[in-house]
Amino acid sequence: MSQDFWNFLFIGLSFAVYIFIAIRSRAGSTGEFYVANRGVSPFANGMATAADWMSAATFISMAGLVASSGYDACRLLMGWTGGYVLLTILMVPFLRKFGKATVPDFVGDRYYSNFARFVAVVCAIFVCLTYIMGQMRGVGVVFSQLFGIDIWLGVIIGGAIVFFYASLGGMKGITYTQVAQYTVMAFAYTIPAIFISMALTGNVFPQLGLIGNTTGADGNPVAFLDKLNTINTELGFSKYTDGSLSKLNMFCITAALMAGTAGLPHVIVRFFTVKDVKAVRTSCCWTLAFIGVIYLTAPAVGAFARVNLIDKLQNTSYTEAPYWFAEFEETGQMAWVDKNGDGKIQYSGPGKATEGKSGAVFKDKPKHILGEDGKKIRGEHGQLLVSNEVDKTNPNELYFGTDIMVMANPHMAGLPRWVIGLLMAGCIAAALSTAAGLLLVLSTSVSHDLMKKIISPAMSDKVEMRWARGAALGALVIGVWFGIDPPAKFIAKTVAFAFGLAASSFFPTLLIGIFSKRMGRSGAIAGMIAGITFTLGYILYFQFNLPIVGKGTSEQLLFGITPEGIGFVGMLINFLVAFVVNIFTADAPQEVQDMVENIHIPTGSGGASDH
Amino acid sequence: MRPLFLALDPAKTLSKSPSLNVMSDHNPISYRRSSIRIVLSLLAVWFTASFVCAILARDWLDEHLPSIGNAPFGFWMSQQGAIIVFIILLIVYRFLMNRLDRQHGLVDPE
Repeated sequence: MSQDFWNFLFIGLSFAVYIFIAIRSRAGSTGEFYVANRGVSPFANGMATAADWMSAATFISMAGLVASSGYDACRLLMGWTGGYVLLTILMVPFLRKFGKATVPDFVGDRYYSNFARFVAVVCAIFVCLTYIMGQMRGVGVVFSQLFGIDIWLGVIIGGAIVFFYASLGGMKGITYTQVAQYTVMAFAYTIPAIFISMALTGNVFPQLGLIGNTTGADGNPVAFLDKLNTINTELGFSKYTDGSLSKLNMFCITAALMAGTAGLPHVIVRFFTVKDVKAVRTSCCWTLAFIGVIYLTAPAVGAFARVNLIDKLQNTSYTEAPYWFAEFEETGQMAWVDKNGDGKIQYSGPGKATEGKSGAVFKDKPKHILGEDGKKIRGEHGQLLVSNEVDKTNPNELYFGTDIMVMANPHMAGLPRWVIGLLMAGCIAAALSTAAGLLLVLSTSVSHDLMKKIISPAMSDKVEMRWARGAALGALVIGVWFGIDPPAKFIAKTVAFAFGLAASSFFPTLLIGIFSKRMGRSGAIAGMIAGITFTLGYILYFQFNLPIVGKGTSEQLLFGITPEGIGFVGMLINFLVAFVVNIFTADAPQEVQDMVENIHIPTGSGGASDH
Repeated sequence: MRPLFLALDPAKTLSKSPSLNVMSDHNPISYRRSSIRIVLSLLAVWFTASFVCAILARDWLDEHLPSIGNAPFGFWMSQQGAIIVFIILLIVYRFLMNRLDRQHGLVDPE
């Protein structure tokens, strides 16, 4: 059976399932469209949230990031799981009890201000749009590699499928497709990991393999991590278990990612779909357990793949390199430049083992040189030539993208072709599930928060539904547009923008709203605006070459905190400004204070009983 | 059918909820205090497992605590341990809060 057959089979089958589910769960009312009638079981919601949460980038690139940055990657691992602890014990049970459909709903009602609601809507739209661009791009890239079509066509096909089931089924359709998508993702991620772990360390569980033994160069068992450290230091990288970021920066980035996770609107609304507060608590446990399946495997996958990759390629002559090297060369995920002319692949780095690009063989992604007949030109050993300017200051000859550590895994472990088909289906599932969840928040923000609550409160349920579907289409067109022609610099900074903004706006504002009943609207709005302005300004100044002020240098960083971690400082500023302003302005009125008291009582939120 | 996001008026909910009418053993102040205590103690564990063990005191722990398998303690916490602790925390939270609700009679009728 050829690879194409398996790819088509798995992707075709999974698509058939998604569309079948969408048709079965058509949404008739806004209640179904926004929150699936609050009838989703905690277990199913846990799976759906996990699929929603893990994007294509997490699925394909996280293991690679861990592999290249070693210890430093723990900020991502802990940041994107630890946020669920904050989310569970500080936010969602209370927001669920409050019983509205969206996050700006809570902000608008709690701070009795349509201006606060409007700020929240703008933030939600900005966060979701930043996020969705990368997802659509991811779908396009996978499709183009699979079927040899152009990326733009892949983006449009992916977009059409997401639109079909998201706008038809709303939250209900999305939830049950995400359950199916999580299942595909979990198998696609863990099966190759288990086989590789058995081959490399003899352990069925990759998590145990990571801390177990492997066979050393002399045939005797050595600790796997020691072997990895030896490989790293021999090649000129820093030790795998050593970090390179300052403790303060690590602290701030981890904290910003955690607070950002707990403030992301598309994650919070997922917990509005279950029956009551008790169900929210159960659902949170399932969610983190399902996320943990992949997050606990990723460090092992990354470490194994790094050892395998270097083992198989280091000092191998190009003509004898494994077959998959040429395949990934063709798709631009790997490249080799024979700097010293010995015909052998050498990977080395004076550069530290972080995402810092020093020590890379060339800048950016490889651009192949095309001949006059449109064919790619090959060098003397048969390698594809690139037009990138080669950095001759280091001896490194090998380029590989971070997604290689997951994509090449089944090849390196010699797994059958169907595993690769499954992996492809998993990639697409990861991108689609996240895109659909974001699309729903975008469309609700427009139809519910903007149209219904601010512009035209007299609107009927049916008209609101039409707005929701129309807004989904609008959001998707924008998402597809940016997916085809991405503002590259912007997408690469999704983490800084989306999490920084969520950490400095939603998280503190929601937290104060839930736990301080006296906070009035002036304090909250002032805090929100101060937090957002500071965070956005800092990120823009250090990431983009702005007119007039120019671009910040690394010496100018505040206490050496990089833009990824500045959301934490923005959050502190938000808290501080809010409480200081509240001293001089009016407290919340009595009925709002009563409402805050009420959300702390866990009973009486049963939405299902309304039907 | 009314869309359900309009259906929750706090005052109505309060009187509608049958459990609140029979809450002889529900003391709002002690309930609030106990739930805050649960939240704060779980947050303390959360902070210790992630920020203290995996970042701030990592080097010291690597040296002075026994390894987990072949991984130094702090490194293992950063890559695996913290996540496992998070999952356990959520299970404990669910258990403690559900028990507290029952003690205060704050349970929705099935």
